[in-house]
Formats: sequence, structure tokens, C-alpha cells
Amino acid sequence: MLGGLYAIFAAGLSLIFGVMKIVSLSYGAFAVLAAFLALHFTQATGWPPVLALLVVVPVMAAFGWALQRFVLQRTLGTSALPSILVTFGIAIIIENVLLITESADQKRMSLGWIDTAALDLGLIRLGVYPLGLFVLSLVLLGILAWVMAKTQFGRAVRAISEDAPTVELLGIRPKMIYAWAGAIALALAAIGGVASGIQTSFSPTSGGMLLIFAFEAVIIGGIGSLWGTFLGALVLGVAQTVGANYFPSQGILIGHIVFLIFLAFMPQGLSGKVKRS
Amino acid sequence: MTMTRPELSPVKVTRWTRTSKFGTPGVLLVFVIMFALPFMTALSNIRPVTDLLVFIILGSMWNLMAGYGGMESVGQQAYIGLGAYGLVVLADQVGVNIFLAVPLAGLIAGVIAFLISFLAFRLTGGYFAIGTWVIAEVVKLIITQFPSLGLGSGISLYAMSAFERDLRIAVSYWIALGVTLVALLICVLLVRSGFGLGLTAVRDDPTAAATSGVDVSRAKRLVFVISGIGTGMAGAIIAISTLTVQPDSLFSVQWSVLMIFMVVIGGVGTLEGPIIGAIIFWGLREALADYGSLYLILLGIIAIAFALFFRGGVWGLIQRRRRFSVFPTGYATSFGRST
Repeated sequence: MLGGLYAIFAAGLSLIFGVMKIVSLSYGAFAVLAAFLALHFTQATGWPPVLALLVVVPVMAAFGWALQRFVLQRTLGTSALPSILVTFGIAIIIENVLLITESADQKRMSLGWIDTAALDLGLIRLGVYPLGLFVLSLVLLGILAWVMAKTQFGRAVRAISEDAPTVELLGIRPKMIYAWAGAIALALAAIGGVASGIQTSFSPTSGGMLLIFAFEAVIIGGIGSLWGTFLGALVLGVAQTVGANYFPSQGILIGHIVFLIFLAFMPQGLSGKVKRS
Repeated sequence: MTMTRPELSPVKVTRWTRTSKFGTPGVLLVFVIMFALPFMTALSNIRPVTDLLVFIILGSMWNLMAGYGGMESVGQQAYIGLGAYGLVVLADQVGVNIFLAVPLAGLIAGVIAFLISFLAFRLTGGYFAIGTWVIAEVVKLIITQFPSLGLGSGISLYAMSAFERDLRIAVSYWIALGVTLVALLICVLLVRSGFGLGLTAVRDDPTAAATSGVDVSRAKRLVFVISGIGTGMAGAIIAISTLTVQPDSLFSVQWSVLMIFMVVIGGVGTLEGPIIGAIIFWGLREALADYGSLYLILLGIIAIAFALFFRGGVWGLIQRRRRFSVFPTGYATSFGRST
């Protein structure tokens, strides 16, 4: 049931990677930043973390907008190195700022009774919270997929990633569209970060792992397909959970290995949308 | 090298520029002086210089792969770890001479890099970057499965206890110096060769390079493996100079951060850039070591500034005013009999 969590988180990365074709190495760090913001918000106000989302998500979205508009837009070009470098630099800055202000301790947020509540379905017991995440991830991905496929905005984003100068000729401003897409991506990162902060503990340095899991979900699912990402996240979640059942404390390794198997034998991913050599 | 055609006046190709005629012997002279360094200064000053040399090796190797081969890996820490573990296993558990164990450890890392390349090369650009990171995590998780390798807590190196403390520091310094010399030499020769030309073509446009007869994947694989060997030897040197291998620090993505920042600040795709970058990085570290995280934040800001505003790095800024090169890798053609 980890899949739901990864799906929310990977959706934003799938948007950045697959649709916008930008490499972001700071995605995990932003999720962790969002988790810390939510943590402080709940501590300051006493509200549950879910309400903190109402504040954290717009803040992160605004941040994503500004970042895409004023910084990342400059790095787009034929070479991937500038965007790798800038986003990596941002990740390092966020991580170390958090290390200074928050210490390296593991933190966790709580939803109270929902944390441990479970539905008894006879054969299996399903946690209420993971189940909620699963539904939430379906809803979020559904909305995102609909926006990308059906709306003017979604069409514009997809067109820009194919051929920005032509889109500009048609009277659309690629930079603004991409800035909004960047805002959506970081909003999803924020939801994913807060959700993961409730599910498991987090620390300033856990961004790298979050990024890796999301990336694995995107690749397993197939680059460029949002529903593929959802499937990929489920596969990764199942692999980690089942793996941990058979080899205690090796769940993550099993997840990685499943990812590598997909890379070796099914490099186009589950959706098979993009062919790569 | 002179090529002549019957009708045309002879074309003369010069590889050595006025600056590289002085630059290359200058670098060699620096190496000679550095060889004698342990006799001239207190040994407490030698350890930091060993670190600088490791930085130069790492930077040059990453640059060879990314700057010339166009492969921006974020997973080079895999080979640092493999080299370090390889050295400890070879020197302590197999009993290989320490001087022989360094190149062998590099070779182990190279063999693994060769195997990894088949997986990693399925990805390109940014996907390649994160893919190599995942692979590095897998290498770490697998190595920490073995009780003989100390599981998650690492192992100590005992082979160096054959030397007394002063000599030990000097020996690890000399090994680092030797590897740096060889690494730089290989970089220069590789970039200077026809292969290096093909490689640069692959970086700039793989399709066009393939059309012109460059075997793209073979060229990329070769640099990837060479880079793995060099990085592995750097890892072996780290093990020798710290006397311990610790998986969490050796396989830390911070190493890749270090390599990328060094190369980009110095100047990507030039041979001089990584050396300058390593010196800047090392100087910053020595000056700001007490500030810990703050230093990494500062470094991140500098690297972003360079990526946004000075793509060529420090070396690019120097070259903007005047063509200047330390190593004879360029081409200059002139017609007629002059020059």
C-alpha cells in the first residue's frame, strides 16, 4: 500500500520529467521542505497536518512558479547539465539549510487515531490511512491526466515540450505555461512530502531517497505516461512491501532490483509510450 | 605532423601552442616539486594536499565522462566505494602489496563499471543521472550485505600499519601523486587522440557522430569504464589515507556533488578546468571547514551562479580574454611554409 504514497509523489516528477522534459534533482528536497513546513505549521497552530496542506501547498506552488519562471527556464537547452547542476545545487542548499535550522533528527507527523486505524475485511486488514492515500492518489492523478489531456493548458504544456518556438508563434507564452506547470509539480511534491511525513519519519537528508523512489516509479511506468507512473508506483510499493516480508530490512533493495529488472528487460516501461535505445 | 597535397601549398598542423609549450613542462615541474614535498614541509601539511590530489583525480575523471563523453553521472560514488572496499579486501584479506592493490582496486571498479554501463546506457541525459544514482545505491546495499565486509558499519585497513605513521602519510601522498599524474596523462592523451575528437563529437551530437563513423556506444562505454577505474583508484587512495572504509560516507551522493561542482566551477569540457575547480573547492573547504553545512550552502550558490551565468567556468572566463591552454590538445592549421 506504499504505492499510493509513491504515486502522489511520482505524479509531479512524471509531469516534470515526462511531459515537460526537464530534469529535476531537487524534487525530493522540496518534498522534505514541505514536510517541515507542515510540521511547524501543525506545531504552531495545533491543527492537523491535513489542514496544513491548505497553507503549505499554495506556498510550495508559488515557489515552484517562481523557480521555474526565473531560474529553471534559463537552464533549458540542448544540454542536460545546466538543469542537473542547478536543481542539484538547490537540493544541496535546501538540505543544508534544513540541517542547520532543524537538526538531523528524524521527525514524524501524526493524524491521531487515523494513524493506526484499520478496516477489517476478513482476509486482510487495510490501514485507513494508506487506503486514503491510495484513493487520493487516484483522484489527483485522474485530475492531472484530465488536465494534461483535455484542457487548453495541458495541450499547451505538451506542445511546448515538443516544439517551444512554434507554440510561441501561435500566441502562447511558453515561459508562463511552464511556470504554471512547475507550480503544479511542486504542489504535488508538497502533498507527497506531507503524506510521506505522516506515513514514515523524515529528516533533512531523506529527500534523495524520495527522489529515487519517484524516479523508479516513473521509469517502471514508462516516461511520459501519467497512468503508467501510477502503475509503476504500485509495482514499486508492492515490490518493497513483499520484499520486506521475505527479506526483512531489505525492502528498499528489492525495490531497486525490480527497477533494474524493468530497466534491463522492459526499458520502455509498463505503458510502453516512449521508445528508448 | 605535416600533411602535403601536390597542388596546394603544404598545410602545417600544430598541436602545441605558445602557452602549452610552457604550460605542460610547467605542470611536470610542479609534479617534480610536489614529489619532494614530504621532505620540505611538516607532515601535517601533507594530508590536506593528498585530499587535493584526490579531488583533482575525481574532477578530471568526472569531466572526462561528462565534459567529453556527455554522460552526467550522479552515481560515481559507486566506484569510490568499490575502489575503497576493493583495496581493503585485496590488501588485507588477499594480501596483495599495497602499491599493486591500488591499480587492481581501480580495475575492479572498472570491471563493475563495464557491467553497469549496459544497464545505465539505456537511459540518457537526466534519466541517466538519476539512474546511475540508483545503481550506486544498489551497489552500496549489496556490499553492506556481506559480514566479511563489515555490513553497514564498514571495516578498517590494516595493511598500512606496516609503515610507521610519518612514512604512512608520505606513502599515501605519493600514491595519490602518482595516480594523479597517470590520470591527467591519460586524460591529455585521450582527448588529444582521434578518439577524443570522436568523443567530443558524440557529446555534441550523437547522431551526427554516428553518421560520421564514430562507434557511439563503444566510445561512451570506454570513457565510462576509464572514469570508473580512475574514480575507483581515488576511492582506494581515500581508504589508504583514512585507514577505514565506511559505506555511508563512501557511497554518499556528496561525492558526486563534489565532482559536479568542481568541474562546473572550473570549466566543464576542458582539461584545465577540473584542476582549477579542485583547487578552488579545496581552498574553500580548508577556509570554511569549521562552518560545516554553511560551506555546502555557499558552494551550492556558487555552482548555481556558474551554471546560470558563466557556463564555461573559471577557465572559460580566463580564456575569454585570450586563447590559452596548458595542454597540447587543440589544433591550429596554417598554410604555407611559415610558422
